[in-house]
Amino acid sequence: MSDIKKFMYLNRRAPYGTIYAWESLEVVLIGAAFDQEVSLMFMDDGVFQLVKGSDTSESDMKNFMPTYRTLGDYGVRHLYVDKASLEARGLTADDLIEVAWEDFETEEEVDNIVEAVDADQVVQLMAESEVVFSF
Amino acid sequence: MADLLTVNKSPFEKNSLELAIKYSQPGSAILLIEDGVYGAMKGTVAEAMVKGAMGDKKMYALKSDLKARAIKDDRVIDGVEVVDYAGFVDLVEANDKVQAWL
Repeated sequence: MSDIKKFMYLNRRAPYGTIYAWESLEVVLIGAAFDQEVSLMFMDDGVFQLVKGSDTSESDMKNFMPTYRTLGDYGVRHLYVDKASLEARGLTADDLIEVAWEDFETEEEVDNIVEAVDADQVVQLMAESEVVFSF
Repeated sequence: MADLLTVNKSPFEKNSLELAIKYSQPGSAILLIEDGVYGAMKGTVAEAMVKGAMGDKKMYALKSDLKARAIKDDRVIDGVEVVDYAGFVDLVEANDKVQAWL
Protein backbone atom coordinates (compact mmCIF):
# COMPACT_ATOMS: atom_id res chain seq x y z
CA MET A 1 0.00 0.00 0.00
CA SER A 2 1.40 3.33 -1.01
CA ASP A 3 1.21 6.07 1.56
CA ILE A 4 3.33 8.83 0.04
CA LYS A 5 2.39 12.31 1.12
CA LYS A 6 3.46 15.69 -0.22
CA PHE A 7 5.55 17.39 2.44
CA MET A 8 6.56 21.03 2.30
CA TYR A 9 9.14 22.56 4.60
CA LEU A 10 8.52 26.30 4.84
CA ASN A 11 11.66 28.27 5.77
CA ARG A 12 11.28 31.93 6.72
CA ARG A 13 14.33 32.60 8.93
CA ALA A 14 17.86 33.70 8.15
CA PRO A 15 20.65 31.21 8.79
CA TYR A 16 22.99 31.48 11.81
CA GLY A 17 21.21 34.17 13.87
CA THR A 18 18.73 31.60 15.17
CA ILE A 19 18.60 27.81 15.17
CA TYR A 20 15.57 27.58 12.84
CA ALA A 21 17.44 27.05 9.57
CA TRP A 22 19.64 24.33 11.01
CA GLU A 23 16.73 22.60 12.73
CA SER A 24 14.76 22.62 9.49
CA LEU A 25 17.65 20.97 7.65
CA GLU A 26 17.90 18.31 10.35
CA VAL A 27 14.21 17.48 10.09
CA VAL A 28 14.39 17.41 6.28
CA LEU A 29 17.29 14.96 6.42
CA ILE A 30 15.52 12.77 8.97
CA GLY A 31 12.28 12.90 6.99
CA ALA A 32 14.14 11.88 3.84
CA ALA A 33 14.39 8.38 5.25
CA PHE A 34 10.63 7.94 4.93
CA ASP A 35 10.30 8.21 1.13
CA GLN A 36 7.85 11.07 1.05
CA GLU A 37 7.52 13.64 -1.73
CA VAL A 38 9.48 16.53 -0.28
CA SER A 39 9.82 20.16 -1.33
CA LEU A 40 11.30 23.15 0.46
CA MET A 41 9.96 26.68 0.23
CA PHE A 42 12.13 29.67 1.11
CA MET A 43 10.42 32.97 1.90
CA ASP A 44 11.20 36.20 3.74
CA ASP A 45 14.64 35.99 5.40
CA GLY A 46 14.62 32.27 4.63
CA VAL A 47 15.94 33.11 1.15
CA PHE A 48 19.24 34.05 2.79
CA GLN A 49 19.74 30.37 3.58
CA LEU A 50 20.49 29.70 -0.10
CA VAL A 51 22.84 32.62 -0.82
CA LYS A 52 26.16 31.23 -1.98
CA GLY A 53 29.55 32.25 -0.60
CA SER A 54 29.06 31.81 3.14
CA ASP A 55 32.32 31.80 5.11
CA THR A 56 32.08 31.06 8.83
CA SER A 57 35.83 30.77 9.42
CA GLU A 58 35.86 33.85 11.65
CA SER A 59 32.56 33.13 13.40
CA ASP A 60 33.22 29.88 15.24
CA MET A 61 30.02 28.44 13.74
CA LYS A 62 29.55 25.42 11.52
CA ASN A 63 29.02 26.36 7.89
CA PHE A 64 26.02 24.24 6.97
CA MET A 65 25.60 25.69 3.49
CA PRO A 66 27.21 22.62 1.82
CA THR A 67 24.44 20.48 3.30
CA TYR A 68 21.84 22.21 1.12
CA ARG A 69 23.72 21.05 -1.98
CA THR A 70 23.24 17.42 -0.93
CA LEU A 71 19.47 17.68 -0.55
CA GLY A 72 18.90 16.37 -4.07
CA ASP A 73 20.65 13.16 -3.03
CA TYR A 74 18.21 12.82 -0.13
CA GLY A 75 15.19 12.78 -2.39
CA VAL A 76 14.25 16.43 -2.11
CA ARG A 77 12.77 17.22 -5.50
CA HIS A 78 12.18 20.99 -5.35
CA LEU A 79 13.68 24.01 -3.60
CA TYR A 80 11.30 26.88 -4.26
CA VAL A 81 12.30 30.48 -3.58
CA ASP A 82 9.80 33.32 -3.34
CA LYS A 83 10.69 35.96 -5.95
CA ALA A 84 9.28 38.91 -4.01
CA SER A 85 11.42 38.00 -1.00
CA LEU A 86 14.54 37.95 -3.20
CA GLU A 87 13.71 41.32 -4.73
CA ALA A 88 13.08 42.97 -1.36
CA ARG A 89 16.59 41.91 -0.35
CA GLY A 90 18.36 43.02 -3.53
CA LEU A 91 18.97 39.42 -4.55
CA THR A 92 18.48 37.49 -7.79
CA ALA A 93 18.51 33.79 -8.63
CA ASP A 94 22.18 34.25 -9.62
CA ASP A 95 23.05 34.82 -5.95
CA LEU A 96 21.75 31.40 -4.96
CA ILE A 97 23.45 28.02 -4.79
CA GLU A 98 22.55 25.35 -7.33
CA VAL A 99 21.36 21.96 -6.19
CA ALA A 100 21.47 18.98 -8.53
CA TRP A 101 19.05 16.07 -8.46
CA GLU A 102 19.27 12.59 -9.90
CA ASP A 103 16.95 9.60 -9.81
CA PHE A 104 19.36 6.72 -9.35
CA GLU A 105 16.88 4.18 -10.75
CA THR A 106 15.81 5.97 -13.93
CA GLU A 107 19.03 8.04 -14.22
CA GLU A 108 16.88 11.09 -14.81
CA GLU A 109 18.96 14.17 -13.96
CA VAL A 110 18.18 17.78 -13.22
CA ASP A 111 21.09 20.23 -13.00
CA ASN A 112 19.39 22.61 -10.62
CA ILE A 113 16.24 22.11 -8.58
CA VAL A 114 16.33 25.62 -7.06
CA GLU A 115 13.47 27.56 -8.65
CA ALA A 116 12.23 31.12 -8.11
CA VAL A 117 8.44 31.28 -7.99
CA ASP A 118 5.90 34.11 -7.87
CA ALA A 119 3.14 34.57 -5.29
CA ASP A 120 0.49 32.74 -7.33
CA GLN A 121 2.76 29.72 -7.59
CA VAL A 122 3.47 29.84 -3.85
CA VAL A 123 -0.27 29.73 -3.18
CA GLN A 124 -0.70 26.78 -5.52
CA LEU A 125 2.26 24.84 -4.14
CA MET A 126 1.15 25.30 -0.55
CA ALA A 127 -2.40 24.28 -1.42
CA GLU A 128 -1.12 21.12 -3.10
CA SER A 129 0.96 20.14 -0.07
CA GLU A 130 -0.63 17.72 2.37
CA VAL A 131 1.70 18.57 5.24
CA VAL A 132 3.50 21.89 5.80
CA PHE A 133 6.26 22.12 8.39
CA SER A 134 7.08 25.70 9.39
CA PHE A 135 10.46 26.98 10.50
CA MET B 1 30.66 61.65 23.78
CA ALA B 2 27.95 59.48 22.35
CA ASP B 3 26.49 56.01 22.61
CA LEU B 4 27.14 52.80 20.75
CA LEU B 5 23.97 50.97 19.71
CA THR B 6 24.15 47.35 18.65
CA VAL B 7 21.48 45.76 16.44
CA ASN B 8 21.42 41.98 16.04
CA LYS B 9 18.13 41.37 14.23
CA SER B 10 17.33 41.41 10.53
CA PRO B 11 15.63 44.67 9.48
CA PHE B 12 13.22 42.58 7.37
CA GLU B 13 11.97 40.64 10.36
CA LYS B 14 12.04 43.07 13.27
CA ASN B 15 12.03 46.84 13.73
CA SER B 16 15.14 46.86 15.97
CA LEU B 17 17.26 48.79 13.47
CA GLU B 18 14.46 51.23 12.72
CA LEU B 19 14.05 51.98 16.43
CA ALA B 20 17.79 52.20 17.06
CA ILE B 21 17.93 54.87 14.37
CA LYS B 22 14.77 56.64 15.49
CA TYR B 23 15.55 56.80 19.20
CA SER B 24 19.22 57.74 19.14
CA GLN B 25 20.97 61.06 19.25
CA PRO B 26 22.97 62.57 16.39
CA GLY B 27 26.54 61.39 16.66
CA SER B 28 25.58 57.90 17.80
CA ALA B 29 27.38 54.87 16.44
CA ILE B 30 25.24 51.94 15.26
CA LEU B 31 26.95 48.59 14.98
CA LEU B 32 25.19 45.82 13.02
CA ILE B 33 25.98 42.33 14.30
CA GLU B 34 24.62 38.80 13.80
CA ASP B 35 21.43 38.97 11.65
CA GLY B 36 21.61 42.76 11.99
CA VAL B 37 24.26 42.81 9.24
CA TYR B 38 21.56 42.26 6.62
CA GLY B 39 20.80 45.94 7.19
CA ALA B 40 24.19 46.78 5.65
CA MET B 41 23.30 45.23 2.29
CA LYS B 42 22.92 47.30 -0.86
CA GLY B 43 19.75 47.15 -2.90
CA THR B 44 17.32 46.08 -0.18
CA VAL B 45 14.11 47.68 1.03
CA ALA B 46 16.03 48.80 4.15
CA GLU B 47 18.79 50.61 2.25
CA ALA B 48 17.10 54.02 2.14
CA MET B 49 16.53 53.95 5.90
CA VAL B 50 20.18 53.11 6.58
CA LYS B 51 21.46 55.75 4.17
CA GLY B 52 19.15 58.29 5.78
CA ALA B 53 20.56 57.47 9.21
CA MET B 54 24.10 58.08 8.00
CA GLY B 55 23.36 61.78 7.71
CA ASP B 56 24.07 62.27 11.39
CA LYS B 57 25.01 58.80 12.68
CA LYS B 58 27.83 56.45 11.89
CA MET B 59 27.01 52.90 10.76
CA TYR B 60 29.27 49.90 11.28
CA ALA B 61 28.93 46.19 10.46
CA LEU B 62 30.83 43.25 11.92
CA LYS B 63 33.04 41.54 9.37
CA SER B 64 32.76 37.95 10.63
CA ASP B 65 28.95 38.10 10.58
CA LEU B 66 28.96 39.60 7.07
CA LYS B 67 31.21 36.78 5.86
CA ALA B 68 29.09 34.04 7.43
CA ARG B 69 26.07 35.48 5.62
CA ALA B 70 27.86 35.72 2.28
CA ILE B 71 27.68 39.51 2.15
CA LYS B 72 30.81 40.55 0.24
CA ASP B 73 32.43 43.97 0.69
CA ASP B 74 31.10 45.19 -2.67
CA ARG B 75 27.54 44.53 -1.49
CA VAL B 76 27.89 46.63 1.64
CA ILE B 77 26.28 50.08 1.44
CA ASP B 78 28.89 52.79 0.78
CA GLY B 79 29.70 54.59 4.00
CA VAL B 80 29.03 51.63 6.28
CA GLU B 81 32.35 50.81 7.93
CA VAL B 82 33.22 47.14 8.26
CA VAL B 83 34.96 46.34 11.56
CA ASP B 84 36.47 43.19 13.04
CA TYR B 85 36.25 42.09 16.68
CA ALA B 86 39.07 44.46 17.67
CA GLY B 87 37.17 47.27 15.99
CA PHE B 88 34.09 46.30 18.02
CA VAL B 89 36.16 46.68 21.19
CA ASP B 90 37.46 50.07 20.01
CA LEU B 91 33.87 51.26 19.48
CA VAL B 92 32.86 50.13 22.97
CA GLU B 93 35.81 52.00 24.40
CA ALA B 94 35.22 55.15 22.37
CA ASN B 95 31.58 55.59 23.41
CA ASP B 96 29.91 56.45 26.73
CA LYS B 97 27.84 53.29 26.90
CA VAL B 98 26.54 50.41 24.86
CA GLN B 99 22.83 49.93 24.28
CA ALA B 100 21.60 46.74 22.62
CA TRP B 101 18.55 46.73 20.35
CA LEU B 102 17.41 43.10 20.22
